[in-house]
Amino acid sequence: MTMIQAINSALDVMLARDPDVLVFGEDVGYFGGVFRATEGLQAKHGLTRCFDTPIAEGGIIGCAIGMGAYGLRPVAEIQFVDYILPAYDQLVSEAARLRYRSGGEFSAPITVRSPYGGGIFGGQTHSQSPEALFAHVTGLKTIIPSNPYDAKGLLIASIEDYDPVIFMEPKRIYNGPFNGRHGEQLRNWAGEPTAQVPEGHYTVPLGKAVIVRAGKDATVLAYGTMVHVAMAGIEESGVDAELIDLRSIVPLDIEAITASVAKTGRCVILHEATRFAGFGGELSALVQERCFWALKAPIARVAGWDTPYPHAFEMDYLPGPGRLAAALARVMED
Amino acid sequence: MRNDRSFSLHIPEPSARPGGTPDFSHLHLEPAGAARRPVAETPGLEMRDMPYRFIRVLDEAHEAVGPWAPRIEPDMLLRGLRAMMLTRIFDDRLFRAHRQGKTSFYMKSTGEEAIPVAQSLLLGARDMCFPTYRVLGWLMARNYPLIDLVNQIFSNEADPLRGRQLPILYSARDYGFYSLSGNLGSRMSHAVGWAMASAYKGDDSLALAYVGDGTTAEGDFHEALTFASVYRAPVLLCITNNQWAISSFSGFAGAQEAPLASRAIGFGLPGLRVDGNDFLAVWAATQWAVERARANLGPTLIEFVTYRVAGHSTSDDPTKYRPGDEANHFPLGDPVERLKQHLIALGVWDEARHAALTEELDQAVRAAVKQGEAVGTLGESKPPVREMFEHVFATPDWRLIEQRRELGV
Repeated sequence: MTMIQAINSALDVMLARDPDVLVFGEDVGYFGGVFRATEGLQAKHGLTRCFDTPIAEGGIIGCAIGMGAYGLRPVAEIQFVDYILPAYDQLVSEAARLRYRSGGEFSAPITVRSPYGGGIFGGQTHSQSPEALFAHVTGLKTIIPSNPYDAKGLLIASIEDYDPVIFMEPKRIYNGPFNGRHGEQLRNWAGEPTAQVPEGHYTVPLGKAVIVRAGKDATVLAYGTMVHVAMAGIEESGVDAELIDLRSIVPLDIEAITASVAKTGRCVILHEATRFAGFGGELSALVQERCFWALKAPIARVAGWDTPYPHAFEMDYLPGPGRLAAALARVMED
Repeated sequence: MRNDRSFSLHIPEPSARPGGTPDFSHLHLEPAGAARRPVAETPGLEMRDMPYRFIRVLDEAHEAVGPWAPRIEPDMLLRGLRAMMLTRIFDDRLFRAHRQGKTSFYMKSTGEEAIPVAQSLLLGARDMCFPTYRVLGWLMARNYPLIDLVNQIFSNEADPLRGRQLPILYSARDYGFYSLSGNLGSRMSHAVGWAMASAYKGDDSLALAYVGDGTTAEGDFHEALTFASVYRAPVLLCITNNQWAISSFSGFAGAQEAPLASRAIGFGLPGLRVDGNDFLAVWAATQWAVERARANLGPTLIEFVTYRVAGHSTSDDPTKYRPGDEANHFPLGDPVERLKQHLIALGVWDEARHAALTEELDQAVRAAVKQGEAVGTLGESKPPVREMFEHVFATPDWRLIEQRRELGV
């Protein structure tokens, strides 16, 4: 399966399995979503299970919270995560705090799916990576898959979770992996081991990172599209680096991170989002606090520049394997 | 018309400032019994006049008149009166508790008691109210324990919300009262979502949401109306127009240009404009909207015209921005007094019984406050600090466990 098919399959499985699961968002119903993630679901499961909404992100999330408080498990789609900000008040002030402020009387077991990330010439409002805006909000969980198998298992786990989950889908790799080299021929998921996706129900637990490539000289922390870029960058660098796909931003698998850096003594953090106050800053601080005596070099961050996401300069902006390789070479010098 | 002069910017101004004489003629009120009562099944298009009418039942002689006069047993009216009186007595007592330093904050609902009390008594146990911070009457009408209110206000060891919430931001699921929050308007679409869920499940539980006049300016209000209309959700969307949003008069929510109830028209919803200080009118309009929702005909927007008699909160001094005696000029009077006089006119109530009930309720509130004080007021008592880290997630993650240990709890 492609990642789109895996996401579609997760929704299909959960719609069939749990009558309290509803899927909705802009263009999600009859049309099947602008990225085809919900294709066929309305025809198969019915109008009231998978439906279109008005173009109002605050209303979409607000209604989802109300449904969640009632006892349903709504799965809402925000068409691009760039457009989630009108719903930010609902996510921060309501979904994230409902359980806490009500002493556990009410909660919002909602899943918010949203395509994120660059590499598609999406310009300023079709490319952003705002995971740090969610990671900073206590009470929210944030999940980012990097391949079809994880996408399906993590999405099912998110829908079954009792807390509000922001499920960010790297749209650049919906149809095939992307290593950050634009000149190369487009690849698809066929033949990738992670594209072997079971038809039925399974989960990938939230809060568990995975070692994508074992190594002994440095640790690379990445998620989403950047996992594939990291793999290419590690090969280009010739450094025997360990690559960890975080998969969960919150809850974060701190043990996997510290175990790896304790072993390698070096750490490079890679993300598409802008650098300043990005999630890499938190990762860097945690590694520094917990692995200080193991560190042989300063922690390096490779990230998007601190500018809005540009159109013409996309390849100058999006971190590619070359930038990671350079950072790895730098940390190996120390 | 040619624009031959430069523009000028319009800034709305209330009819009177401190020292001035209030004028409420802009409310365009009608006498009791004047507004027509369409049957609840009437198509929305045939009710476009209703937001400009004014539903009022109790007349100057305290009698129930006109097509909206509901049939309510005197016992129910007495329950309403009792809950309204209890709300006011509780407000006065806890406002004083704030002035005595026993808590950090309080907000009264003086003058607005009829709205939540009538609606709470009318709606069922499984219906859910999405409140504002000024509808304490909902809980009073359902006999929510006074001691739990007091403990929440004192944030003490027995606080049902475990010391996490500002005073009066209650949550009481078993009483059909959704969790409150300080941010305005954001729960209106939760009510719509709740109602959509109820409809999806084939349930008969409906939702009722409140916003104040000021909050109708929030985007959430617009979104909630859109979703309610599009999905014909079984929800009652209520505006308590008390004329004031802290220091801003309702003109800053656009109420000078058109009644807030008329917002319904553009969404294809019925909009009712109701005397919010008339217990019977609140009851009748709510009953009408409930009937409509139960018949699967969708939502109704109701504007209750009332007046915020007290300051916005314990942190507010209304004499700085409005005439000190403005409440006395408000043409719809006092909801407690009007219901009391109606009951006296019915021959089921009198001054002696009223005085006795006042005394009884005052004693009950005093006893609850005393009981809460025995547990502790703010700063004297609080839930175990460990509680601070609970309920962030269903199960705490490592951060919360580590931070709890760091604090030594």
